[in-house]
Amino acid sequence: MLSYALRRIAVVLITLLAASAIVFAVLEIVPGDPARLMLGMNAGEDAIAALREQMGLNQPLLIRYFSWLGGLLSGDFGRSYTYSVPVIDLVRERLVVSLPLALMALFLSTAIAIPVGIFSASRRGTASDAGVMAATQLGIAIPNFWFALLLVYVFAVTLRLVPAGGFPGWQAGFWPALASLLLPAIALALPQAAILSRVTRSALLDVMGEDYIRTARAKGLPANIVLWRHALRNALIPVLTILGLQFSFLLAGTIIIENVFYLPGLGRLVFQAITQRDLIVVESVVVLLVATVIIVNFLVDLAYAWADPRLRRR
Amino acid sequence: MEEELIALEHEDWRHFTRKAFTNRSFLAGALITAVVVAVALFSFAWTPYDVTKLVIADRLQSPNAAHWFGTDHFGRDILSMIMVGSRNSIAVALIAVGIGIAVGVPLGCWAAAKRGLADEVLMRASDIVFAFPALLSAVMITAIFGPGIVNAIIAIGIFNIPVFARVARGGALALWPREFVLAARASGKRAGLITVQHILPNIANLLLVQGTIQFSLGILAEAGLSYVGLGTQPPAPSWGRMLFEAQTMMTIAPHMAIVPGLAIIVTVLGLNLLGDGLRDVLDPRLRRQR
Repeated sequence: MLSYALRRIAVVLITLLAASAIVFAVLEIVPGDPARLMLGMNAGEDAIAALREQMGLNQPLLIRYFSWLGGLLSGDFGRSYTYSVPVIDLVRERLVVSLPLALMALFLSTAIAIPVGIFSASRRGTASDAGVMAATQLGIAIPNFWFALLLVYVFAVTLRLVPAGGFPGWQAGFWPALASLLLPAIALALPQAAILSRVTRSALLDVMGEDYIRTARAKGLPANIVLWRHALRNALIPVLTILGLQFSFLLAGTIIIENVFYLPGLGRLVFQAITQRDLIVVESVVVLLVATVIIVNFLVDLAYAWADPRLRRR
Repeated sequence: MEEELIALEHEDWRHFTRKAFTNRSFLAGALITAVVVAVALFSFAWTPYDVTKLVIADRLQSPNAAHWFGTDHFGRDILSMIMVGSRNSIAVALIAVGIGIAVGVPLGCWAAAKRGLADEVLMRASDIVFAFPALLSAVMITAIFGPGIVNAIIAIGIFNIPVFARVARGGALALWPREFVLAARASGKRAGLITVQHILPNIANLLLVQGTIQFSLGILAEAGLSYVGLGTQPPAPSWGRMLFEAQTMMTIAPHMAIVPGLAIIVTVLGLNLLGDGLRDVLDPRLRRQR
């Protein structure tokens, strides 16, 4: 197990390094001088030159990459070109919106998908199974931001049950803050729940075809016990993998959904930064999200290997 | 010899059509997709109204006899915009799939033929691309290189490359140890020729199924990018763009949001059904349990 983990960690580190280099390189080839941007149109040439020197922009490419990377590791993401505050502060105040949103969506999609998948698998071939599968096909095809608009129209505009958008901040109290994240979380969770319930169903059906399930049945165990105690445990392994992959979809999904609900999260931050050409903010958020994806998938792999020793030998 | 081969292909085709016409997923998907494509082609010849003409007097009409899907805040006919917008969605997704196939398939086939280091490097590189949430990266790419349809196509297409590389590699790896490939190698054919003559025809099915799936993902991605203003630019009608414009009109004209959304859903649903159906029809081994 340890050698497996170490090997995986090495791969993760290389992937992280390569991913950060790609982001750095992409932003490096963008036209425009950050120093000129920070000082505005009327700045003198020597002021720009001085700021370039101060920001370390005159140093060779490789040195700048490694000092940027070193900064990332120590939590210093640099300073925003437009706000002149540390990027990490901007990210931190947006993360308290985006992270709970993504986690809520992850929780909702799991809470919906696993029971639905089990229900569908246990009634395989019946009309209710066919109905659930048709509904999931539809769920996959619905763009989440459109579903979000519909939710706003029904629950916020027509029924006035929840706010249509905006975020009061956690200092306004736990429940008001949570209520303003509810519709966005549902909108994000729906398509993921559709995919996940299909995965749960087919994983469960795969397992139900195994010999040890037939043995359990043959020795007279009730179908329920076989399903819950024998089949489900093994079926959840592929479900876990998909869940890990979905985390990255959810994080990316928040970027668009936050725009529907005017939530001050990472997504809004990225879009504001893009319109203001504040590329260091874009760069930091992208690197942060990519690192999260890589690490979450690594943890899932590790959990997978821990649960199933056969996988460690790869 | 030649005649026998043709006869065999003929038999395959009959087998295919017989299975296809009994597969409900395939039939429904093919029908929906055909209708969407037909509408897009038809829009070149005729639309009920001119989508570039603003008729402020007719603005924000609910669906009625003159405007089946209503009008938007500039008085444009929504049905006409949906028809013209379908070209955009199809073109973006199709070219993005084309990029994925044109670059990914040769890479995947090359890795499978070479094995060893080349294969390892390609797989790790695709891992790295997969670590970037596709939508986030598309946002980054279009933001940096400027919003617009060409950059949207490139952004979506880049993420199709590792997908097709993996599918092609997986399919090719399974074929290389087979007898007919061995026979070709024994007769002195080079790897490139074997790939073209023997590997590619046999992974075409896999690529077709994957292509359908990526096509539907591409439609969703284009809609998302246009919705946040980074994809298709006005005045060209686009389903995602229409949703963006509908957002502020939601309270007075909900049909502005509902209609383009339904267009996206129907198109994506059709392609997904077609993909599922194709998979069942073309390769029974891949069939999911029912």
